[in-house]
Parts: sequence; structure tokens; C-alpha cells
Amino acid sequence: MSAVSAPSPVELDQPETDDLTFLDQPWVTIVWNDPVNLMSYVTYVFQNYFGYSRSKAEKLMMEVHRDGKSVVSSGSREEMERDVQAMHEFGLWATLEKQR
Amino acid sequence: MSDGFQRRRGGGVVATLSGFEADLLRSLASQLVELLRNETAAPHSSDDPLERLLDFSGPTTEPEDPVLARLFPTAYPHDEDAAGEFRRFTEGALRDSKAEGAVLIIDTLEEAGLPAELEADGLVVDVELDQGDAVTWMKSFTDIRLALATRLGIEEDDEDTWMALPDEDPRAHVYDIYQWMGYLQETLVEALDR
Repeated sequence: MSAVSAPSPVELDQPETDDLTFLDQPWVTIVWNDPVNLMSYVTYVFQNYFGYSRSKAEKLMMEVHRDGKSVVSSGSREEMERDVQAMHEFGLWATLEKQR
Repeated sequence: MSDGFQRRRGGGVVATLSGFEADLLRSLASQLVELLRNETAAPHSSDDPLERLLDFSGPTTEPEDPVLARLFPTAYPHDEDAAGEFRRFTEGALRDSKAEGAVLIIDTLEEAGLPAELEADGLVVDVELDQGDAVTWMKSFTDIRLALATRLGIEEDDEDTWMALPDEDPRAHVYDIYQWMGYLQETLVEALDR
């Protein structure tokens, strides 16, 4: 990890509101159904990566299986990008979007 | 056929594979490594010399190979720019970790006694994995199964179609391998999930 450099004298651009994360506008990670991944495996991933209880992990897994997708986590955009990357590492088909 | 994975006392998992099964698993893992490493995750060349010098970038567009496209899905389906940025910063690392996982399978099998060329009948390969390596194997099994399924064109609830294929259809053989990998993975998840 790199150290934080001294503040730059350059004026900051006005941030686009789009890029700000407000508490009432979180981002979400969505896992989509696929015909390959085992139900037991998907449950395992939800339990072990997110730290969800067995019953919550199974509920989310069933949503993915039955409804074709499920919102599995929410938070800042950066957090959701981390979660999506982790899901891809586990071979799950995941996307992120702003909560509607 | 192997009974798959079992929980090992004191943590981790064990499995006894036949020489044929171990050889097949090695071959599948090798193909995955080759696919991940051969079709390069090359950055798109930029006209900006500074950007070229910084060159920490990965690809920004979806891989052409359908297996790779499934292994590295588009994270922002409705935002091409954000999807490209996400891919640029993640795909290289994901490729590396997936390739390393498959290499671990190959190395473990060979350390457990699988020779470079399988010759003798009756060879048995006993695999022992600690918890961390078992999780890596489980993830890599997913990648291998996704690759096989993508090549075959597996869809939801289509088992009957595949089971009805005549034996001489090469896809029937690949489907058998896919099913076998699913069985092995199921036992691995169960063994880890105790």
C-alpha cells in the first residue's frame, strides 16, 4: 500500500454528483442465475465471503435460482466493485448498479 | 469412480482419485491455464505517450472467447465506460488468480504421485488439501465447469437433452466429464461446509 502524498495545490474539480455516494443512494451487487454453479457452492460463497448466516445465504441463493437474480450486498460504489470482483473470482456472474 | 472429497480430521480435505481421473483433472486444469495465459489481456494501445508509459492497464472490452467472456463478465451492463474501467483494473488480477488456482491443481496432483505420462493401470492418487488449498481447488473447479459448459452450450434444466445423445457423439463424452466435475465439486463443497 502506498503512502498518501502531501495535499496538492491544484484546485479540485467540482465533483459530479453522480460519483458521490449518498446514504439514500447506495450501490448494489447483483448475482445472476447461471445453469452451471451448484446451489451448495453459491450458498457457500454467500456464507463465507459475505459472512451471512446459513439461512440468509440460502435465501439469497434461492432468489438467484428462482427469480434469475438477487441483490446480495449494498454499499458504496467502491465496496460494490470489490464485491463484484470477488464474485467473479468465485465464478459467479455478478454486476453492480445504483439502487433504483 | 472416486468417492470424491471427504473432510480430513484436523481440517482440510482428502480424496482418492484413480490415475485416470487425476490425469483427466490435470488435463482440464492445463487447458484452463493455457486459455487464460494465451489469449492475452493486452491493453488497447493508446495515442497518449504518458498513458502508454504508465501502462498499468488491462483490456477494456469483453474477451472474444465465450469462455473468457463468462469467466470475466461485464460488471456494468448499462455503462460501457464504467465497464471498461472496471475490466481494465480487475481482469489481469482475476486471470492471474484463476491461472494460479489451476496450476495449484496440477502441482498438487503431480506431487501426490501423478507421473508426467500416465502408463500403469491401477495407479491411485491420494490428494490431501489444507483448508486454503481446498477453497482454491473449489474455485478452480468452478472455472473448469464454466469452461466446459460454455463450450457445450449448457442451459438451465437441459439434462435430458444431453443424456439422450448417442454414445458416439463427442459431446456426450464431454458432458460426462462435466457431470463428473460437478460431482467432485459437490463433494468438495460438502466436505468444506462442515
